[in-house]
Amino acid sequence: MKLTAEKLKDLTIRSAHEALMKGDFTAVELAEAYLAEIEKKNPELNAYLEVFADVIDQAKEADRKIAEAKKEGKESELDILIGIPMAIKDNILIKGRIASSASKMLENYTATYSATVIEKLKAKGVVFLGRTNMDEFAMGGSTENSAYGITKNPHDPTCVPGGSSGGSATAVGGNMCLAALGSDTGGSIRQPSAFCGTVGLKPTYGSVSRYGVMAMASSLDQIGPIAKTVEDAEIIYDAIRGFDRYDSTSYDLPEIPASAKSFGEARKIKIGVPESFLNQGGIDEVVLKNFRETLAKLEKAGCEIKTVEMPNLHYSLATYYITVFSEVSANMARFDGVRYGSHLEGKDLLEDYMKTRGEKLGREVRRRIMLGTYVLSAGYYDAYYNKATQVRELIRRDYAKAFDEVDIVATPVAPSSAYPIGKNTNDPLQMYLEDIFTVPINMAGVPGMAVPTRLGSSELRRGEAGNTDHLPLSIQIVAPWRRDDILFTLGKIIESCRA
Amino acid sequence: MLERKDIDNLANLARIALSEEEKDKLQKDMESILGYIGELQKAPSFAEASEGKPGNHYLRNVMREDVEPFEAGANTESILSQAPKRRGDYFVVKKILDN
Repeated sequence: MKLTAEKLKDLTIRSAHEALMKGDFTAVELAEAYLAEIEKKNPELNAYLEVFADVIDQAKEADRKIAEAKKEGKESELDILIGIPMAIKDNILIKGRIASSASKMLENYTATYSATVIEKLKAKGVVFLGRTNMDEFAMGGSTENSAYGITKNPHDPTCVPGGSSGGSATAVGGNMCLAALGSDTGGSIRQPSAFCGTVGLKPTYGSVSRYGVMAMASSLDQIGPIAKTVEDAEIIYDAIRGFDRYDSTSYDLPEIPASAKSFGEARKIKIGVPESFLNQGGIDEVVLKNFRETLAKLEKAGCEIKTVEMPNLHYSLATYYITVFSEVSANMARFDGVRYGSHLEGKDLLEDYMKTRGEKLGREVRRRIMLGTYVLSAGYYDAYYNKATQVRELIRRDYAKAFDEVDIVATPVAPSSAYPIGKNTNDPLQMYLEDIFTVPINMAGVPGMAVPTRLGSSELRRGEAGNTDHLPLSIQIVAPWRRDDILFTLGKIIESCRA
Repeated sequence: MLERKDIDNLANLARIALSEEEKDKLQKDMESILGYIGELQKAPSFAEASEGKPGNHYLRNVMREDVEPFEAGANTESILSQAPKRRGDYFVVKKILDN
């Protein structure tokens, strides 16, 4: 079977796996088809910072294992991810390869070990296509903060892809890989997924090991999949999750029993909507209309919709940014130009630090370090960090209370669809305000997923003044701690409602 | 109000050399961002909103036995290979004490 660009559009992990097993195409042919798409589209979209030179070798190895298993009649023992081509965000380490976090600071940094998530995917036979562009050190929501150029939206190259995992979302949404990994501190998987028409999962804090991912705000960061379908996201989540002794925030708890996971006629999925949070203004009409229509479809499909009171969500953005600035200023202190990364010469050690950090860290990173240094200063600690820690607990309790009544909390993912490149670049506060719906989930540590409710046009279209019909829209669904399974159950219902 | 000397001081504390032009822009941006996050002071106090229930009960310390260390020197070469400047098995830094 010839793998045309058209064929790639319809491919999912499961259908690709079945085709590999039947011998419709080989892992090498699949990898070649994606490489051809990347060659065609990447010069304009800039989703990949690097396409690995050994992709075909990796695919050959997968083909060899598949052939061997077939010879022994053991195809069923092969993992569903064998030979599946994936893209990896540039802040996740793969031993022996450059990992730069899209920063000049780590321009030539070669990873000395692999992230746990990479070890897991590699053991399953995944083919790593390359590393994807992002906002530098994951700080941003548009992938305009990369030191290596902006990434463009696969539906409309005049628009941003969202961020910070914009390269991964563009690669999946633009059919330049079958699935990807991203990281999410305040929406960096879900918001670019919404902008690019992909499914993006921020798993429960602690369910996926962060060993080997560059820390931005450690109490919030989580790794997760960006995929074409809910099922694909679930397959990758199942492959990467689990306790890891190298990440002390990963949890080691018994599995949720299967009996607790069933929903249906007898037990409807109850969806809570925090109405007062949605009525604060500043949300595009198109986004709200699509959200309401989706809820109506879900009600028809047998879900129950009700209003939930979550009064402290109003404070989540301020709380989030204080926490992020604080943790960023601490985490970025490790870049000293001595142990690894870039180094610039000054007249003494202090000037070495000042020059290296002043020139090799980008503008947004510098701004966040400055803000973090301010809010953590003596005299301001109680007013900012301490207050934020307390309000964070109140936000967490709002979720706990909501989940006494409902199985899911739903909102839009972002106040608008993908917006034009450059719209917010000179106004950092406006850029932060775009994160309003995604940050509370990280503050509480609960799992959240962006599921497309409108896919947008399948062809690349250029900015049409005032018209956003060609751009995707998504709903954000949020589940209780460790109940990522409910996201998959409801996510599949949302997909079937869309069809 | 953020003054220029505050920006200078913060930049020194953060070990970041900034141009004068960037300091101007930062002073403005930080004003508006701090104004926004200052809204948090309007949030209810924890004591009144928590109804006396203790906070952060889900946080706990994670410890492990101090056993199974990495073999001494096993990672030295790969780690030092990333150093901007090295001499033997050491990182090179400028001297910090005057004669």
